[in-house]
Amino acid sequence: MIRVVHRWPGLLAMVLLVLLALSGAALSVFPALERLAAPQAATSQSVADLATLIAAQYPGVEQIRRAPSGRITAYWFDAGTPGAAVIAPATGEAVASADPGRVERWLTTLHRSLFLDDTGRMVAAAGAAAMLVLALSGMALVARRMGGWRRWFAPLRGPLAGRWHVTVARLAVAGLILSSMTALWMTASTFDLLPDGATRPDQPAAVSGRTGFALAGMDILRATPVSDLRVLSFPYAGDATDVFTLATTGGTGLIDQGNGQVLSWASPTVWQRLSETIYMLHTGQGASVLGLVLGLMALGVPVLALTGPVMWAAARRGRPGLRGNAPAGRAATVILVGSEGGSTWGFARTLALALRAAGQSVHVAPMTGFDPRRYGAADRFILLAATYGDGDAPASAKGFLDRLASLAQAPAAPLAVLGFGDRSFPAFCAYAEAVAAAAAARGWPSLIGYDTVDRQSPQDFARWGRALGEAMGLTLELAHQPALPATETLTLSSRRDHGAEVQAPTAILRFALPQVSLWQRLTGRGFARFQAGDLLGILPEGASLPRFYSLASGEKDGFVEVVVRKHPGGLCSGQLMALEPGQGVRAFIRRNPGFHAGRDPAPLILIGAGTGVGPLAGFVRANSRRRPVQLYFGMRHPDSDFLYRDEFSQWQAAGQLDRLVTAVSRGARPHYVQDALRAEAAQVAEAIARGARVMVCGGRDMARGVSEALAEILAPRGLTPAMLKAEGRYVEDVY
Amino acid sequence: MKSILAALALTTALTMPGLAMARQVTLTTELNRYGGDGAYLAFYVTNASGAYVGSLWMAGSKSKYYEHMSDWYRATGGSRSEVSGVTGASVGAGRTLEITVDLADAIFDAGYALHIDAAVEDMRESPSEIVVPLTTSGAGAAVAGRRYIARFSYSM
Repeated sequence: MIRVVHRWPGLLAMVLLVLLALSGAALSVFPALERLAAPQAATSQSVADLATLIAAQYPGVEQIRRAPSGRITAYWFDAGTPGAAVIAPATGEAVASADPGRVERWLTTLHRSLFLDDTGRMVAAAGAAAMLVLALSGMALVARRMGGWRRWFAPLRGPLAGRWHVTVARLAVAGLILSSMTALWMTASTFDLLPDGATRPDQPAAVSGRTGFALAGMDILRATPVSDLRVLSFPYAGDATDVFTLATTGGTGLIDQGNGQVLSWASPTVWQRLSETIYMLHTGQGASVLGLVLGLMALGVPVLALTGPVMWAAARRGRPGLRGNAPAGRAATVILVGSEGGSTWGFARTLALALRAAGQSVHVAPMTGFDPRRYGAADRFILLAATYGDGDAPASAKGFLDRLASLAQAPAAPLAVLGFGDRSFPAFCAYAEAVAAAAAARGWPSLIGYDTVDRQSPQDFARWGRALGEAMGLTLELAHQPALPATETLTLSSRRDHGAEVQAPTAILRFALPQVSLWQRLTGRGFARFQAGDLLGILPEGASLPRFYSLASGEKDGFVEVVVRKHPGGLCSGQLMALEPGQGVRAFIRRNPGFHAGRDPAPLILIGAGTGVGPLAGFVRANSRRRPVQLYFGMRHPDSDFLYRDEFSQWQAAGQLDRLVTAVSRGARPHYVQDALRAEAAQVAEAIARGARVMVCGGRDMARGVSEALAEILAPRGLTPAMLKAEGRYVEDVY
Repeated sequence: MKSILAALALTTALTMPGLAMARQVTLTTELNRYGGDGAYLAFYVTNASGAYVGSLWMAGSKSKYYEHMSDWYRATGGSRSEVSGVTGASVGAGRTLEITVDLADAIFDAGYALHIDAAVEDMRESPSEIVVPLTTSGAGAAVAGRRYIARFSYSM
């Protein structure tokens, strides 16, 4: 719902908002320029002093005005000709022309009325209202995406367009709210919808009838500092009944020209003061620094207007259509989907197709539409739920838990819950788990136990499908092919072979970086912005499922590199190991944000064996900031499978790698990487105490050995690997 | 010079009791290129002793800005009812405003004067920028304003 409220005003008002924001940003510069250019009055100078100086220069002076910037302007009549100038308050002499600049005036008219007068003012006000709706709904969306208001500035993941959109939005939203609210107020004021009209002092019943009282002798002018002045209007020459009108920050008064007495005074109303403050906040006149800040924030609007539609288009493509969906009231099986990016819909479709093939009537719907009364014929419910952020409901499941809690009674037809997630995130399937727990607590009968699918694994899904089929008394083979990201052909540019002598043929394969289009860069598709630790999906010939390899390079390196070891009978590794430079494979990138080195300066302890050294070498290669890095590398024999041997010594020389500790498993005294860790226990414990992050890559057995060794090393300090994991300081990429 | 012509027929409060005879008078006001936004113009009549008699036309629709036509404002207290039914749009720099009003015959050659107050946003106010005596012989003669009005004339 919030997303809809955010999307449509955004798409409809996009051009208008960009126009208003750009003109507003340009206008924000003028108050600051005026402030810098205007000669300022000394703090002790009184209006009496200023008026006397000006009257000496221009005997026909009619009006003296002070702008919030401190600029003093005098208007006079000289031999029937009107004149005006900006005045230096210290001398009373003219220093510049008083007419407003053409550019500023043009921009102002564009900004507030698009050169369409009142119609344009209303259009601009509608734009401000749209901006306000966008800002408020956007804040709710950011809070939801980040997992709460307290995580407002938490790091972002995902495609470039989305990251830019949120990054800019959370910096600029305060200014956009202020500017749009003040704009609406000012429009209301312009159209006389607010009781903020100026108060006028009462006309005096009588005046002294004399003229020529010296300005310097008027008490009220002597008591008013120039900084409080707004306007001082002089009486008409020769009209003894006329008066001085003085407007200050404290109100407006009439002064007798014959004796300098204040005849009447009117203070501004609360509404008037409020409108003045709002005018200042919107225009920056009198608050030029704030004006510049607001102008900068307004510059975020074009960025938001460009990235928003890209995000919308990318999300639209993610959700597949549903054909052959049975009506809700007649379906025996109801599949409810909680999906954020759209991939869970793909699983739902596979499940629905398989169930229909088995003769079932199936209704598939988003979890948001959950209402048990609609499903009169349901024999079973199946919930497929992803998780958003830190355990939140994904977009198509919003409000489901509330609705479940508000039911008088849980449905009688049994329920199966399947969670979709990624184990490299701390809140793996947290939302699906919460749903399963809530359903159990409400007494909803269970069809089969709660289960999960990790990283869209077809194997996990097929296994769950068999259990579901068994419970339903039918054979259910779910052959799900996750919608593959578009693959591109990678061409091998070079290979370095190792390990043949130790019966572990291994190669460092380097591919040329394919071209990345702007659209891919914006939507985070293709080979845009990958880094070491991300995964390279390779689709071997004759297979429909990809195999994943940890990347040993990032996009900035200008090539795509992986380390591959030949597995006996392995389809994919066999094809890769047979690849010659110039030949190609079909491949795509899958983000693996849980296994990135990150940008913080904390030390790194990298631990890997065999091909697992690939991404670790990538981290070291990317360590141009010379963050402290220790690398523990397990191999079979240094003469055979010491991968990246030359690079490591270069990187050490360049300061990108502090320590390289190797462990050799072949030889008289087999030595594994966990043994190397134990031997360096003091170093390791010391680095961890200083906040180091541990990153482990390699086989499952090695990872277990490393975890045990770390447990021993950390025990004296009262730490455990589990505690580090909980803080995100101990991550594994294990295969 | 490109100009727009606004021809309006209207009846004002200046048809005095007992003075049944009235004539159509066309007021032509040409603004100079003062380099600002649209000008607010107040057209009103004073009698032989300088007292306000009534308003003929208000170019400018937002009453919150009427105070800047300071002579008119002083005379009327800013009362909207003084210009109810006789308001129109403000007049852009370089444009010409032409209005037609019915004025009582007795107004002419009797010491009455037509005033025009002008005001432009962010620029100086110009009260009584034009003050012309209403005489039959003065019809058709152009008068220049002080700041915003290049030329003003009335014709019968």
